[in-house]
Amino acid sequence: MEQKNAHNHIVGYGTYIFVWLSLVALTALTVTAASFDLGNFSIVVALAIASIKGLLVLLVFMHLKFDDRIFRIFVFVAFLTLTIFLILTFADYSFIR
Amino acid sequence: MNQIAEATVNTHVHRDDVGAKIGMWLFLFTELILFGGMFLAYAVYRFTYRDFFALASKELDVFVGLINTLVLLTSSLTMAMSITALRKGDKKLSLFFLSTTIFFAFLFLVNKYFEWSAKFEHGLFPGSNELLSLPRGEIIYFGLYYVMTGLHALHVIIGIVILVFMFVFVLKDKVNQDYYIMLENSGLYWHLVDIIWIFLFPLFYLIH
Repeated sequence: MEQKNAHNHIVGYGTYIFVWLSLVALTALTVTAASFDLGNFSIVVALAIASIKGLLVLLVFMHLKFDDRIFRIFVFVAFLTLTIFLILTFADYSFIR
Repeated sequence: MNQIAEATVNTHVHRDDVGAKIGMWLFLFTELILFGGMFLAYAVYRFTYRDFFALASKELDVFVGLINTLVLLTSSLTMAMSITALRKGDKKLSLFFLSTTIFFAFLFLVNKYFEWSAKFEHGLFPGSNELLSLPRGEIIYFGLYYVMTGLHALHVIIGIVILVFMFVFVLKDKVNQDYYIMLENSGLYWHLVDIIWIFLFPLFYLIH
């Protein structure tokens, strides 16, 4: 039942335009933030904004919000795997030095 | 008997749209790991050569990067709207949005061409004497820059080819209001290319 609904859901133009406007605003924000010297914090801000933008694209443009839950679980596991790679690499790397 | 069997086979449309979509996502995960490995290398080297990365990134034009970001974001919008248009039964509008997406993809590559040409004129291309005379950290920065944005540009080119095929399929009604999973999967690919750029832009252009 849920699957059928998800499949029949057509996302309206308005939703897409709203998301696009948010993406443009976030781009402006990240460029503005980069013009200030935030020290070590600037990479955190840049990555946080990029992640929000990526999430918006995944959820709305790529329909994850409207598709079956299995797709969200898939994507979550994929990004979790990448995060584990990142953590393990840095755990290893900090011991080499 | 055979004819009846054949007729039954022909009238039964064998397809699994959800399965097709899962297959596309699985492919996208391999892409994620491909680029993920590069982002990992970037993270480690940026951690090691922080100041050199900041210095080298001054060579990049933030404005060009910003324009290309906006171009890709807009192309993602028109891609998504092309699917909506087709599903609402408006083939013409869908084709219009698809061609707009292809146009923006070309615009991105044209921008990239001028951006890289300017770098080449400054002698900053892989293996050049100018580049090799720089400190190690800067060489690595430009190495990563060319490999990562280059592989991304290759994906944009592949994306254009896929979208041109989709344009023809929609035009010939092979992809239509009832059967649009191919267009949806092409859209997924295009949005992934967009997401990768969303991360490339701040990591290469906006370093302090």
